[in-house]
Amino acid sequence: MSTAVIDTSDQSAAGSEPAASHLVTVTFRIRRFNPEVSAESAWEDFTLDIDPKDRVLDALHRIKWEQDGTLTFRRSCAHGICGSDAMRINGRNRLACKTLVKDITAIKDGKGAKPILVEAIKGLTVLKDLVVDMEPFFQAYRDVMPFLVTSGNEPTRERLQSAEDRERFDDTTKCILCAACTSSCPVFWNDGQYFGPAAIVNAHRFIFDSRDEAGEQRLEILNDKDGVWRCRTTFNCTDACPRGIEVTKAIQEVKRALITRRF
Amino acid sequence: MPTETANAPSGSDGAEGTGRYGVDNPAPLIVPPRARTARTPKATRTNFELYGWLFMRLSGILLVVLVLGHLLIQLVLDGGVTKVSFAFVAGRWASPFWQVWDLLMLWLAMLHGANGLRTVINDYAERDGARLWLKMLLYTATVFTVLLGTLVIFTFDPNIR
Repeated sequence: MSTAVIDTSDQSAAGSEPAASHLVTVTFRIRRFNPEVSAESAWEDFTLDIDPKDRVLDALHRIKWEQDGTLTFRRSCAHGICGSDAMRINGRNRLACKTLVKDITAIKDGKGAKPILVEAIKGLTVLKDLVVDMEPFFQAYRDVMPFLVTSGNEPTRERLQSAEDRERFDDTTKCILCAACTSSCPVFWNDGQYFGPAAIVNAHRFIFDSRDEAGEQRLEILNDKDGVWRCRTTFNCTDACPRGIEVTKAIQEVKRALITRRF
Repeated sequence: MPTETANAPSGSDGAEGTGRYGVDNPAPLIVPPRARTARTPKATRTNFELYGWLFMRLSGILLVVLVLGHLLIQLVLDGGVTKVSFAFVAGRWASPFWQVWDLLMLWLAMLHGANGLRTVINDYAERDGARLWLKMLLYTATVFTVLLGTLVIFTFDPNIR
């Protein structure tokens, strides 16, 4: 204890070293756009000491809170449910809140090998930094009537359905409307009038619901020239979906239903 | 990349460098190509795209047989390409079977290719004018080739001088 004073300073220095050693230095290269400053977007680098098991969203938070408060992005629940923070990370559409830093960058000697690229999703108007105008996306969603349509008297109890009938559209109920699929679709990039995978997925959810009675109507909407026939089966949407929905398969099922008129 | 802009700022033509945009004078946003607007035409309500899509699949299957058979006969079997001459063609077209084969192949291949190019133009030509003209050119070329080919198959004269 005689050398306590020196020891403590030594220990705190030595103690902080291993405590911090699990942190890695990673550069985040973020595509910034601010119409109030410039008409051009530009890449900006932010370097962080971050736990590799942290998510990209945590990194964005730390950049916004500690380095640059003007960084703008959407997030609500931050746990992969609300679908607010879809963005293009290292060239792929992902949810920032479900993407771990260690999964998207090689780490060598406590450093990220390459910067992590973060930009707004493509095919929608960028309003600022990572925030896009989602209105065209939601317009397409509304166009396919994503609600239960029935006729006759309302039942006095729940509308029951067999397990097999529920299974028919189970996959497409998982959609969180994050727009990762639609904004990964090359047809949508070139033509915003295409309904896009997300709208078709949500139409699928009701077309194949045994309780719903407007399947014909929805099929008619998707039979349009900007409907399912514009799908080129590139599977970008299936790859992008953070919920693992087999989007392209759902689109193909709608196509088949249009041809056979059986659903 | 698309450069179509919306709500162009009033002072955008002033050459004041990068500092010309501000809170009251934001830069124009870059709108994706052919965004849906109020002027976008309403849905067509026809089955044209459905039939187009089906036609591509069915004609594709038929064309695999027709074209591979054609290539086999013309280039591989019985002496290969060296045997192909006026007399060879005249001999084949004496039979209605080969006339129908070639006619079918001509029509299916031309319509299949034209429909494929139509979707390519629809996907990639951004401006309405460019789309219109490219498609006009495509349709003209298709109709011309199909009609000329059909005419030749039906009016072929083996005794031509």
